[in-house]
Amino acid sequence: MSADAKTRKKPPADAHQHAPNDSGITASDRRPTPRVGVFVCHCGINIAKTVDVKRVSEEIAKEPGVVIAEDYQYMCSVPGQQMIVDAVSQHNLNRIIVAACSPKMHEPTFRRAVGKAGLNPYLCEISNIREHCSWVHEDREQATEKAIDITRTILEKIRGDDSLDTTSTPVTKRALVIGGGIAGIQAALDIAGSGYEVILVERESSIGGHMAQLGETFPTLDCASCIFTPKIVEVAQNENIKLLAYSEVESVSGFVGQFEVKIRRKARSVDETVCTGCGICTEKCPTRVADEFNRGLVVHNPDKPRKPFGKRGAIYIPFAQAQPKVATIDRENCRYYQAGKCKVCEKVCGPKAIRFDQKDEIVTEKVGAIVIATGYETLPRGVYGEYGYGKYENVIDGLQLERMLSAAGPTAGDIRRPSDGKVPKEVVWIQCVGSRDESKGIPYCSKICCMYTAKQTRLYKHRVHDGQAYVFYMDIRAGGKRYEEFVKHAQVDEGTVYLRGRVSKIYERGDKLIVMGMDTLSGSQIEIPADMVVLATAIVPQHGTEEFARKLRVGIGENGFIAEAHVKLKPVETSTAGIFIAGAIQAPKDIPDTVAQAGCAASKVLNLFSNDTLTSEPIVASVDEELCSGCGLCIGACAYDARKMDEKKHIVVVEDVLCQGCGACRAACPSSACELKNFRTEQFINMVDAIT
Amino acid sequence: MKHVIKREQLRPDIIQTIEELSGQDIKSCYQCGKCSAGCPIAADMDVPPNQVIRQLQLGFVDEALRLKTIWLCASCETCTTRCPREVDLAAVMDALRNIAIQKGIRSPERAVTLFNKIFLSTVKRYGRVFEMELIGMFNTGTLNFFKDMTKAPKLFFKGRLKLFPNFTGRKMANTVFKDVKRIKSSGPEENSEPSKGI
Repeated sequence: MSADAKTRKKPPADAHQHAPNDSGITASDRRPTPRVGVFVCHCGINIAKTVDVKRVSEEIAKEPGVVIAEDYQYMCSVPGQQMIVDAVSQHNLNRIIVAACSPKMHEPTFRRAVGKAGLNPYLCEISNIREHCSWVHEDREQATEKAIDITRTILEKIRGDDSLDTTSTPVTKRALVIGGGIAGIQAALDIAGSGYEVILVERESSIGGHMAQLGETFPTLDCASCIFTPKIVEVAQNENIKLLAYSEVESVSGFVGQFEVKIRRKARSVDETVCTGCGICTEKCPTRVADEFNRGLVVHNPDKPRKPFGKRGAIYIPFAQAQPKVATIDRENCRYYQAGKCKVCEKVCGPKAIRFDQKDEIVTEKVGAIVIATGYETLPRGVYGEYGYGKYENVIDGLQLERMLSAAGPTAGDIRRPSDGKVPKEVVWIQCVGSRDESKGIPYCSKICCMYTAKQTRLYKHRVHDGQAYVFYMDIRAGGKRYEEFVKHAQVDEGTVYLRGRVSKIYERGDKLIVMGMDTLSGSQIEIPADMVVLATAIVPQHGTEEFARKLRVGIGENGFIAEAHVKLKPVETSTAGIFIAGAIQAPKDIPDTVAQAGCAASKVLNLFSNDTLTSEPIVASVDEELCSGCGLCIGACAYDARKMDEKKHIVVVEDVLCQGCGACRAACPSSACELKNFRTEQFINMVDAIT
Repeated sequence: MKHVIKREQLRPDIIQTIEELSGQDIKSCYQCGKCSAGCPIAADMDVPPNQVIRQLQLGFVDEALRLKTIWLCASCETCTTRCPREVDLAAVMDALRNIAIQKGIRSPERAVTLFNKIFLSTVKRYGRVFEMELIGMFNTGTLNFFKDMTKAPKLFFKGRLKLFPNFTGRKMANTVFKDVKRIKSSGPEENSEPSKGI
């Protein structure tokens, strides 16, 4: 360690800098006299073409405190870095400035080099004369002046810099996966497969998500249950996975490596450990209500009109392969909870698993990383009044048709129209219902509709040979392995008629739905008297995502999905370290992409777990105890939950490991009591003074 | 134009006939428009070639058979050569013309019919086309007597316009015409009027 490290002062002391101090002793007095080395990079011709690098180094060399100023072709090269190391020992330097590209590029490189030379790495600063200067200017003279000015400001900043030490915290090698759809299941299996414990939290009574609802899947047309249920069973059997179904995350505190999560285990009114999932209670329950697992789809049963297809009891198991396979009472529809009488389920239950007095329970789990895989839902009914969505029984959405197509669905795979249970001979699909419709607030493409529509028309044709499928579309987006071929097959071999244009309106005439559309390819107005209409409704984020994101302190993107840290380069990371995303909660996604992304999120978690400890960035905020009035404004401004009120002293304290050094607290503080290490107000004033 | 689409009218038998005659699957077309983009006559057509296929895809056959487009098509086969879905559009146009003739639908392009008629009659008579007679009869038939007259001397001196017909290949042509007649009389469309347009 250098002399700087030894004389490192405590944070409260440097907060006094800008304030008058009676004793006359300031932190800057305690800093050693700066001996600065400046290295100006040519970056090939990137900088040297526009900026006279020689002049920059000559001018900077004249500044007080600058011991040596040199220029070199590529500072980031090995000889370039060696120049810095040599200069530190030869000239006894204690501060280094590299005038080069953006600190985003090579700050870590140069800080490492400085560390190698025996200095504290935080005593190295970058003067960005490429992105901020040479790349954006043409006039050589003016660009050179600007490069000198930029370097002068950095010189002022570095005079006030202190040595900083990183701190390290241990990593809890357990993961939390939120959401038990295909994304969450895949991520949980991948993490658990590497030997780490996973807690899988699912809001509904069983894991499975949307994929469990599907019939067959594109582009291979294999049945969703056949490929998915083995994974569901694997989750249940994996000793490393702790499955908490019918549970919701209440709160998350802590930070990467050490999160503390409170989970609400909702009362099922059934003892999970006793229930065998035999299903007798679900059959005997006298109540029949629309089933959310069938998306509320109820199909008329011509043989038994009073027993339509698709309803469930108030006590239910959503599907045969459910995990955990235990019954759940829907209290809102249960006669006992609503009217105080019934208890039929309790009477018929062999193992005596019904617990009417069960209460919600809160459990606390400690984890090191979190994967959010809460998925999507589709546009709510009633939004598209012109299509009679939610008004006409025979206008259904794509997921409802999936339930019909599923062999385990209400109609056991038969296509029946809801109103009278007849086989529909002419079915119209409408794509982009909501998607790409700014008037409905959804500017984006839902990505999966083109493919599942083509798939559904093919499956329809397989079941109704003399039926005719029509698709109204705007564009066909079939980018993906074997996707284009799949759509072509629907058009050419299965005879699905594609009509290019949006439908204007749907109305009922007799038992037909009149679909009024347009085929822009032939320029003709089209009217189709259809038996059933299927809407490919837009994919929207799971409800409550906004509040959920606030709980986890992750960002929300412009369309309400959880935002990734970088759309291209960090697609599974969020703005909060240690929290990752997978599946449709990031953006609409099909199954192949979701599985790939879940695997990616799992590998990021494993990457984190390969460390026993994590080092945290030392550029964090500090509070001047004498100036802080304890107003607490900064606590609200902090997006990372890093500030707490010290109730005894009535001032705010910073939790260094949580602080990300964003500076929001500093802007919020009315008493100027907040400072960011090495980004102090005093330093900035000096920087501004240097060029004005 | 407004159309009501029903499944039983979507693929009438006549579409199958068109597909058999042309050897093409109408559904193959994905309406990229490359045929129309390269068609040298598209600008003079009432609808571009891709829309003819589109009308067939949606079962609007009667409309397609009454188009000028099918008669203006010169069978240059630029469309056929360039089609990414390998649809032989020129063959489809041929099939449409055949069916139009069989159904007795008058071509909206009278000059095209007249030209075809005169062209074939000269070939039948001499074994190959005799330009002088062709031009004379065509101009008379269209009541446009002096059309292209100024070009005649130049063509004549270049040896492109002969005063007398050339009888080479007459025998061969006769065989072809006889074969056609034989096929026609033994074929399924015996009672259809022959040579309405030809």
